[in-house]
Amino acid sequence: MSERPVREALTGRVIFEIGSPDARCVEPPVLDVPMADVSTALGGQARSSTPLLPQVAEVDLARHYAHLAEANFGVDNGFYPLGSCTMKYNPKINEWACRLPGFAGTHPYQPTETVQGVIELMVGLQDALAEVAGLPAVTLQPAAGAHGELTGLMCIRAYHTANGDARKRVIIPDSAHGTNPATVAMCGYEVTTVPSDESGGVDLDALRSVLDTDVAALMLTNPNTLGLFDENILAITDALHSVGALAYYDGANMNAVMGKARPGDMGFDVMHYNLHKTFSTPHGGGGPGSGAVAVRDTLAAFLPGPIAVRAEDGSFEFHTPEQSIGRVRSFHGNVGVLVRAYAYIRALGGAGLEEASEQAVLSANYMQEKLKVAYDLPQDRTCMHEFVLSGKRLRKEYGVRTLDVAKRLLDYGYHPPTIYFPLIVEEAMMIEPTETEGKATLDRFIEVMLRIAEEAKNDPDLLHGAPYDTPVRRLDEAGAVKNLDVVWSPEEV
Amino acid sequence: MRFIPVSCTERDEMLETVGAQSADALFDVIPGNVRFSDSLDIAGGMGELELSAHLEDLAGRNKHAGNLVSFLGGGCYDHYVPAMVDAVLSKPEFFTAYTPYQPEVSQGTLQAIYEFQTMVCSLTGMDVANASLYDGATAMVEAALMAARVKKRRSFVVAGTVHPEWRETLATYSHAGSYEVVETPASDGTVDLSALAASVGDRTAAVLVSSPNFYGNIEDLAALARIAHDAGALLVVSANPILLGVIEAPGAYGADIVVGEGQPLGNVMSFGGPGLGLFACREEFLRAMPGRIVGRTNDVDGRPGFVLTMATREQHIRRQKATSNICSNHALNALAAGVYLASVGAAGLAGVGAACISKAHFLQESLLATGKFTSPWDAPFGNEFALRYEGDVATLQSAMLERGYLAGLDLARFDASDSGLVLFAVTEKRTRVQMERFVQEVTSL
Repeated sequence: MSERPVREALTGRVIFEIGSPDARCVEPPVLDVPMADVSTALGGQARSSTPLLPQVAEVDLARHYAHLAEANFGVDNGFYPLGSCTMKYNPKINEWACRLPGFAGTHPYQPTETVQGVIELMVGLQDALAEVAGLPAVTLQPAAGAHGELTGLMCIRAYHTANGDARKRVIIPDSAHGTNPATVAMCGYEVTTVPSDESGGVDLDALRSVLDTDVAALMLTNPNTLGLFDENILAITDALHSVGALAYYDGANMNAVMGKARPGDMGFDVMHYNLHKTFSTPHGGGGPGSGAVAVRDTLAAFLPGPIAVRAEDGSFEFHTPEQSIGRVRSFHGNVGVLVRAYAYIRALGGAGLEEASEQAVLSANYMQEKLKVAYDLPQDRTCMHEFVLSGKRLRKEYGVRTLDVAKRLLDYGYHPPTIYFPLIVEEAMMIEPTETEGKATLDRFIEVMLRIAEEAKNDPDLLHGAPYDTPVRRLDEAGAVKNLDVVWSPEEV
Repeated sequence: MRFIPVSCTERDEMLETVGAQSADALFDVIPGNVRFSDSLDIAGGMGELELSAHLEDLAGRNKHAGNLVSFLGGGCYDHYVPAMVDAVLSKPEFFTAYTPYQPEVSQGTLQAIYEFQTMVCSLTGMDVANASLYDGATAMVEAALMAARVKKRRSFVVAGTVHPEWRETLATYSHAGSYEVVETPASDGTVDLSALAASVGDRTAAVLVSSPNFYGNIEDLAALARIAHDAGALLVVSANPILLGVIEAPGAYGADIVVGEGQPLGNVMSFGGPGLGLFACREEFLRAMPGRIVGRTNDVDGRPGFVLTMATREQHIRRQKATSNICSNHALNALAAGVYLASVGAAGLAGVGAACISKAHFLQESLLATGKFTSPWDAPFGNEFALRYEGDVATLQSAMLERGYLAGLDLARFDASDSGLVLFAVTEKRTRVQMERFVQEVTSL
């Protein structure tokens, strides 16, 4: 590549390198009380050196973040078919709602009579989540999916302990997301991995061979990470229950089955939601999310408290279950996220949620059908809300890897699918369109994917070098580890 | 509202392509015995106008910092948020993006986190910081678990002056993971150093403290560091970041890990969440750290850029051997904290901290002067302080609520032995006039 001019926005200059010592965006407040002798007030622990913070004028700050925003890609920028992440559109009304002073300006320790609206909202959300799950009791405390997993597993542990039946192991299929085994370890259990069959489902014989009364639970994603509904699902949960173990449902893929099948009816005892996937709250560049947990009656007493409840007189209050495992965080949960999820649920209602799942599944099957001509489809059958292609033929015939296809998509203005997951598919590309994309968008993406397959054949090096048209090109990740630079210091100038 | 842009005609075309009679027919792959045959009983289907009215109605049934004068704190504070913060948070390039796993199109998120990490290190006096955790409570728990990994010990000593909800969270996690937690009592509003020293031993992985502590008081961090280090344990300190422009960085006293609730930095209270967990430590523990870390590197053309790095610590690589199960950070809240700190700068942060402390001391002296309150102890404090009320605290609070004030936090809520104590928090938003009126009203009760 010949050297391109570098635009101002893309120089990589960090915020500490702009501005000047006297510059600032907002002035400190004018003091209307006597200035305290800070050192004395703090028992002699006054700060001895000035912290390194940016000193930037408002206009320069505005431009700095405008430049950073320009170098980012969100759902509002383009199609984001990131499998298992459910990157659906984030409605603007939700953003407006969570900023209302009656939500944003409330303090968690206000007397409950002054926060009836927000507690009512939480109860309404819990009721809706219980209905979709087919499981009656819900906590909104967990801050993310992984946090929900941990909360759910802690409830399972408490349940077994209360029964005088301490157990040691949790079963995880080898196709599971990495949070599952990591959660098991944090909860003090051993991981027993069972192989999946070729369709990503649980190998029933393998499962039965590791089941005994030391097994506390199985953690399962259904539809599985290949986007397929496990047809043995009741046999699986029955097998667990037959040895006194519980069934944990990872709700990562709930967008496929709302109103069509409920985890409670599938025999699951505990599940977590990802409100930032299924219920349209924005991912925020990595968070905050919310990992609400729903459980069967038999586990309700163990949920972390306090939980929002409707009192007999119709007012709203908080209540901590009798045998609660205790808090898993401070305060009541990521309420700003809960407001957005609630707004989304009220926008759609029960019928709208079911329709969302229908369109999500239809769109996935449509794309699967159109793309299987150019890419390998290891499981050629009706998928749920996502499907997994394999790039192994491109790799074998042209030396083009899935990574190259993903990077080339960036040049066309698309966010790539999830790649190299699940691990059980070679050169995997996991595509999840969601219901919020129009057919024209899907068709353009399909066309680009087919064109990239042609490019792979005709000019593999073009793909090896991609992307070309992004704010930066492929980054040296190994170099980042070797020459670790995780904190800026003035010496770097 | 549906948020589905596919028309009926297009839907039919798609059905034809996949060879299905209806979208519902695609769900025939679900075994009949688990198909949900009812309709979901969930109210909704509102248009935007109707929905906005409903949400305004719910929001309108809450009182808030805009129509009450609040002296409530206890881990969540009503600080001023500069207009710049929400202007940046509202950019969809930031808030509608996923985790920056495709760095070529995620430089905005990545660079903002790198800058955030740098600011957190500088404020806390630590060498490295992560991209944030869920909240202060879980950050303290992760610090304890990290200390256990580093020290290969399974016992924690936590000061009884740490926020009660944080101690409860630590207990929840420790119970599940079979760690031992020893709580040491407070003495005159700070942790009892001799009791703490007696609790620390060769099984202790970490000593966990907060300064200012839950009561608002400043702990003797140098002494705590000596006690922890003499036993070969790590000192974990929770700090309130908004005061770190004026309070010495915990690193200067020998803290090994510094955590904190980052909400005061540019994040709205939002009924207690989402805020963000701050997490920073000394460089030698980098590989044991939980959570995401952003590093700087170069692209193939030699241009500087940023990536998620040190991923071999994390669950998607290491699975059950990961340093934590965390698979996210509070990126948007960390962005808010970074924008906040960039907006105020070092002088501004010091100004905000000095204002909070000055106003808290003004209010404390004014309340003591009414004769209705006494100070339960003589410990140094920052932006928050506890007083003993001569009458019934609940009566005081409800009478003041009627007059438009949130008269602090009744500490009996957490511990019956703290009955009679009220914790007052004062931010830079409280004016002298508000405080003088509050004191007048309290006097007139």
